[in-house]
Amino acid sequence: MTDFNTMTEKLVTCDAEGLLLIVQTALDEGVAAQDILTKGLIAGMDVVGEKMENGDMFIPEVLMAAHAMGKCVTMLKPLLAEGEATDGVSVIIGTVKGDLHDIGKNLVAMMLESSGMTVHDLGVDISPEDFVAKITETNAKIVCISALLTTTMPMMKRTVDAIRESGLRDKVKIMVGGAPVTQTFADEIGADGYAPDAGSASKLAKSYA
Amino acid sequence: MNMFEVIGERINTSRKLVQAAVAERDGAYIIDDVTKQIKAGASYIDVNAGARIGHEMEDMRWLLDTIGPVSTIPLCLDSPDPAVLEMAFSMVEKVPMINSISLEKDRFNAMMPFLEGKECKIIALCMDDSGMPASSEDIIGRGVSLIEELNKINIPTTSIYIDPLVQPISTDTGKGTMVLDAVRGIKAKFPLVHITGGLSNISYGLPQRKIINRIFVALMMGAGMDSAIIDPLDEKIMATIKTADMLLGNDDYCMNFLKGVRAEAIKG
Repeated sequence: MTDFNTMTEKLVTCDAEGLLLIVQTALDEGVAAQDILTKGLIAGMDVVGEKMENGDMFIPEVLMAAHAMGKCVTMLKPLLAEGEATDGVSVIIGTVKGDLHDIGKNLVAMMLESSGMTVHDLGVDISPEDFVAKITETNAKIVCISALLTTTMPMMKRTVDAIRESGLRDKVKIMVGGAPVTQTFADEIGADGYAPDAGSASKLAKSYA
Repeated sequence: MNMFEVIGERINTSRKLVQAAVAERDGAYIIDDVTKQIKAGASYIDVNAGARIGHEMEDMRWLLDTIGPVSTIPLCLDSPDPAVLEMAFSMVEKVPMINSISLEKDRFNAMMPFLEGKECKIIALCMDDSGMPASSEDIIGRGVSLIEELNKINIPTTSIYIDPLVQPISTDTGKGTMVLDAVRGIKAKFPLVHITGGLSNISYGLPQRKIINRIFVALMMGAGMDSAIIDPLDEKIMATIKTADMLLGNDDYCMNFLKGVRAEAIKG
């Protein structure tokens, strides 16, 4: 009998070997790969995200958990039916033009991916026009915009403005984040939401999905 | 011999209380903060007025008007905008430090004409258009380019403060040795250059950040860092810096260490 809670526990304790073992056992017992992915791994990473948000888990542990999950996903992928693995809502993420700081953005991308979303990481120094172009190209439902510097914050507003001017504003939810960004700033520039850390970002994105 | 130089980071409008004081033109608050930083042992007071978007020029002018008469130490003028820096430069009496130039093309091309012919210290960030440095060699290469370019416009190496850009150890446990090795490498090529920077990035994403920052500053000083942009009112990091400076032979007869102990600023 597969207990999905054990998978969560292995993720939270960063026990990669233990996790691989129970995932293999579950497969041997005939549990569907899709169930292992959603009820075990993704549900487990949600707990990891929550713990990060509450300050009970720290970045190195979250990275370890995500790597452990990644290994399991590699194992499950060939067993997932066509389309199943890529069912996740499409998200684009990048840092604004002029901002090359990507540590926070990478963590958020990793957490969103771990929560089952299809993440298109555009990278750093992304112009408003490129954000707009990628929304259409990837059929994105969520746009995550990151900036670390007070000097690049105005570019967040220009990016949101560009999305509005392109007529795509109603098709997407826009999330913003980065050290100097606040909820007030997010409201001012007309974003849908703000998240202070990768754990909260994942939760917020799920609420939009 | 070269005493460690603390650049006090507190006068920054991205800090809530400072932003409120600037918005309300509360000079007494600013003067009190600056006085405390000087008393705590700062060598420079960093002044950053960038956070109230659209108000940087007037905020910087007001801050310098307010701080000028009370600051017994030079200021570190912190802005990416050469026009703001030009105005600020004309307002200070003591030779200021400028924060900062980098190898990012836009920043570099805007800053070089501003710096040329001026007497100032300059913080030079090891950043270029490809992003944060990815290896020690990368940091060293960028540091060397910055020094060479600044030397070309007659800024002496002794006026250059290289910021190697400390990155979080939480996302990659190699980031500590990466920056330590880079500092050693730059100092080996240019013994007279200064090394500065913020330190708290090292502990991003980890708990108990202050102990990480304190031990890291001591390691960085061992590698050749001789300046940092920090909060001088953090007594423990100041005590760590003073003690490390003494251990590195930068404190004749251990006088500053002993003074610190007698003032109860350094405790075991």
